[in-house]
Amino acid sequence: MNPDNYLYLSAILFTLGALGVLIRRNAIVVFMCIELMLNAANLAFVTFSRMHGALDGQVIAFFTMVVAAAEVVVGLAIIISVFRTRRSASVDDANLLKY
Amino acid sequence: MGNTGHGETFLFWVGSIISILGALGLIFSKKIVHAALCLCTVMLCLAFFYMAQGAVFLGVVQIVVYTGAVMMLFLFVLMLIGIESQDSLVETIRGQRWLAVPFVLAFGFVLIGVYAHANLPEFVGTDAANAKGGGNVQSLALLLFSRYFWAFEVSSAVLITSATGAMVLTHRERTVPRKSQREISIERFERWGKGEKVSLTGLPNPGVYAQHNAVDTPALLPDGSPSEASVNATLRGRDTVRGFRPLPLPGARRNGAAVASRGDAGNEEVSQ
Repeated sequence: MNPDNYLYLSAILFTLGALGVLIRRNAIVVFMCIELMLNAANLAFVTFSRMHGALDGQVIAFFTMVVAAAEVVVGLAIIISVFRTRRSASVDDANLLKY
Repeated sequence: MGNTGHGETFLFWVGSIISILGALGLIFSKKIVHAALCLCTVMLCLAFFYMAQGAVFLGVVQIVVYTGAVMMLFLFVLMLIGIESQDSLVETIRGQRWLAVPFVLAFGFVLIGVYAHANLPEFVGTDAANAKGGGNVQSLALLLFSRYFWAFEVSSAVLITSATGAMVLTHRERTVPRKSQREISIERFERWGKGEKVSLTGLPNPGVYAQHNAVDTPALLPDGSPSEASVNATLRGRDTVRGFRPLPLPGARRNGAAVASRGDAGNEEVSQ
């Protein structure tokens, strides 16, 4: 097997994550799809690190994980505070800024 | 190093099929808990891929941070804001879902096409880079604390900011003092005195039986019918209340049949 297949797999996973973000309405599921996209990008980083024989890709993937963890914490806090005021976790219901 | 070994080939094909199925399950499962489980599967597969590609440290971090901490946080928030919240089928932008599919497919084809047409170099492998520092972890540490030192410092600032942000966002100031049990009881009796239908003693516990002993099993009233009030309103709203089928009484065949039919009627009442 050619190791390029990892790159194709990461492209497919990223695409599926993007599809989920676009078609799901529940904020938590949208968030999980974003996590899937970040993970797919990490897989590409690790594969490129192996391709070039340098560990920089792995360090970048490590930083991606740090940022993803921070993002999950803040995002879920926002979802909880939106849920408290609107009693809904749907991304379409938080539309007060529109008016 | 054009090709991988047979073991890695096998791992890749099994893992890629499982992870793509998991990603599809994440998108299309109705219950959010199932979606979270599917995402866990994908992340575990990716951890195996990292380890197979020589990124042992990242594989372990992936399991600890993602499937451990992040998914735990997701499930915790799910528990807080209610599992029963379903996706709304109302589209704010008309036809967005159906338009999203071809656009995303086109995007995916572009991405794969770029990889297919790119002039990718031969794979070098990470063995030499890992061996330079004396191991994967040591080599990563050498990079992290020299070339990426500044990014490392900034990431600690990001983590502190996010922790503070989460606390600020979810903090709620209590504007009225918390009611004591005594005050709640007095209030309850006052409402009862005005003629409101309030249960003075508090709600009954769920049933405790030899067959089921769980919060989703209703308690039985003295006449044998299940008590609605003994089960949590969330469980009733989610329609997961377990029915109760009374055992036939010994030595009373006719009465037992009557009891059983009444119990069934009660079950229907509960499940509605």
